[in-house]
Amino acid sequence: MKLLNANGICYQELNKRIRELLKQGEDTIQLQGVLGHRYIGAGIKGNRRIIIKGIPGNDTAAYLDGPKVVINGNAQDAVANTMNSGCVIIHGNVGDTAGYAMRGGEIYIKGNAGYRTGIHMKEYYNKKPVIVIGGRAGDFLGEYMAGGIIILLGLGLKDGEELTGNFCGTGMHGGAIYLRGSIKPERLGKGVEIAAPDDGDMVIIRTYVKRYAKYFGLGHNEIMKGNFVKLRAYSSRPFKSLYAY
Amino acid sequence: MSLSYLTSEYIIERNRERCIDCQVCVRQCANKAHRFDEEEQRVVSDDEKCVNCHRCVVLCPTKALCIRRNPLEFRENANWTPGAIRDIYKQSETGRILLTGMGNDRPYPIYWDHILLNASQVTNPSIDPLREPMELKTYLGRKPEKLKVENGRLAEKLPPQIELKIPVMFSAMSFGSISINACKAMAMAASELGIMFNTGEGGFHKDLQKFGKNAIVQVASGRFGVDTDYLNTGAAIEIKIGQGAKPGIGGHLPGEKVGEEVSATRMIPLGTDAISPAPHHDIYSIEDLRQLIYSLKEATNYEKPVSVKVAAVHNAAAICSGIARAGADIIAIDGFRGGTGAAPVRIRDHVGIPVEMALAAVDTRLREEGIRNQVSLVCAGSVRNSADIMKAVALGADAVYIASSALIAMGCHMCQKCYTGKCNWGIATQDPYLVKRLNPEIAAKRLVNLLNAWAHEMKEILGGMGINAIESLRGNRLMLRGIGLNDRELKILGIKAAGE
Ligand code: SF4
Ligand code: SF4
Repeated sequence: MKLLNANGICYQELNKRIRELLKQGEDTIQLQGVLGHRYIGAGIKGNRRIIIKGIPGNDTAAYLDGPKVVINGNAQDAVANTMNSGCVIIHGNVGDTAGYAMRGGEIYIKGNAGYRTGIHMKEYYNKKPVIVIGGRAGDFLGEYMAGGIIILLGLGLKDGEELTGNFCGTGMHGGAIYLRGSIKPERLGKGVEIAAPDDGDMVIIRTYVKRYAKYFGLGHNEIMKGNFVKLRAYSSRPFKSLYAY
Repeated sequence: MSLSYLTSEYIIERNRERCIDCQVCVRQCANKAHRFDEEEQRVVSDDEKCVNCHRCVVLCPTKALCIRRNPLEFRENANWTPGAIRDIYKQSETGRILLTGMGNDRPYPIYWDHILLNASQVTNPSIDPLREPMELKTYLGRKPEKLKVENGRLAEKLPPQIELKIPVMFSAMSFGSISINACKAMAMAASELGIMFNTGEGGFHKDLQKFGKNAIVQVASGRFGVDTDYLNTGAAIEIKIGQGAKPGIGGHLPGEKVGEEVSATRMIPLGTDAISPAPHHDIYSIEDLRQLIYSLKEATNYEKPVSVKVAAVHNAAAICSGIARAGADIIAIDGFRGGTGAAPVRIRDHVGIPVEMALAAVDTRLREEGIRNQVSLVCAGSVRNSADIMKAVALGADAVYIASSALIAMGCHMCQKCYTGKCNWGIATQDPYLVKRLNPEIAAKRLVNLLNAWAHEMKEILGGMGINAIESLRGNRLMLRGIGLNDRELKILGIKAAGE
């Protein structure tokens, strides 16, 4: 394991050093003193680990392809943007557009997520991306979602607080969003319907909730006691009858 | 639905004396406009289905076919043209948005045709390109403020550049919107010509990846096919913000075109709509654009120039100044006459501005702000020939993108029906039976021929001006004069009137 102190150096220098260490074959890098440094781990590949202490800047783990990135703090916008595979674990809250267009890998967010989490998420062949959010999510959760899984647990919601913002699943045409708790129909985007999870859905939920609980040292049985609903798209062809030929 | 009021746009004329009922036309027309009538034992046609693509006309062995515009006229009316009336019939019968393909076909002024090039006489003699070396080579990418030279060598590394043997590239056309054979032809031609092709927002098909050195890979809002390998396989990366044919409208590949290969290349589920909306929902400001640009640079170790493609719209100059400041290395400006695989008619025909105006305005603005060196400018949106290219370069472009011209070279007949997926020329289709019609080797050869011919012409034009390197024409608006333009237009173009 290699220790890197980010204190006082700019993001370009920090990321250059990370790339150099990875090139030398280092498999675990721990960063200290991270304070808004952007693009940490952008585009890195392989079976590596990056452990971040502090608050990384936007686009952390963008285009990630394989590694595990652990953030011991909050993350800002666009964490795991266009991620291909790997795992990102955030011991805190995240900003907007987490998991933008991700097509593989897993993101675990201990706390809350901002707007547009999981926008453009897709799945393909044997890749199925997963985002688990411990708390609540902002507006446009799963917007344009074409595949993958979002699980929203609603842990620690205060009285009267809702799980999601407005327009949940707007433009969704694939994948599934599982909510632990309920959602008012007026919060749903157009083209999204509420369904009861079947046995297959429950297996999926249990698998990822277990991992969530393990990463953050919580009891998964307690979490699973909650009541889950599933959100899915009416159609995988939302614009089928919009055009005259 | 009740009776359709639409009459056929074209009529198919079959010269009965020549027709041998061989049924070639029956097999060639994917619109099923020809069929063999068993009872009459002869080939008959259905005018209504014809889109005037000339496929049957060209392939008929006895040249028995001719397609004409239906002479049926409405009562003369300069306002209610047949097109305007037909559109209303179509929409009142379907209740849907009108779709079209290729570029704006309305009779707006084409500024290329109002600009004339200069040539030398007596002083500053012209150069004979057949005897003298002529340089068309162009490098796209950020150029430093000043060069530091030590011992005859550059002391500091230049920012990444892409090298073009001729200042022309194939514009973004995705696999999905066009066939794999059309993509292959452009990739092969680009590699032979030493220029670039562009993957569009459709991912990088496995058969094309060996041409990575000649590829610009596109990143759009849907991020189709975008991963680290994709970004690193190309020579440059292009962020697609907008497209001239449909500014403010995103890409949308209907599910029926998302077959196995398209799904694998875009990395999306089989048979679902591939939606790439116009807004990148992570870009709301120049600062946000900068974030995407730098995330791409970080992911590729600052080794690739990053281009940003925008549609030419009203505030092009201010927008492009922002893009340059956001850290783009190349800006591609796509004019309102640019083509597309599918666009709503009203958007295609009424949104955006001519690229000639946008290009001149952007170049002027970047010069005034002293940041012209920070970006290369690429002009796109219906560049039809070598003269258009020279005019674009003199207005300030470093290079041009061509798409419609390239498709025409491969066989496109401008029927504007690309959105139906039934392109009889094997270009804008995913139907294997139709795709097979386009032989990639032959199509590549046609593209190489076209651009070699253009390169010769460009050298002739340069030579005529007494210039031996395209560098010296770049932004050299004194080499241009306007004809039939008003003062304001001349001012925006930054050129004098003919005779001045
Ligand atoms: S659509 Fe094309 S191939 Fe078919 S009849 Fe018309 S011109 Fe011939
Ligand atoms: S690409 Fe094909 S469908 Fe499109 S205009 Fe050309 S010939 Fe017609």
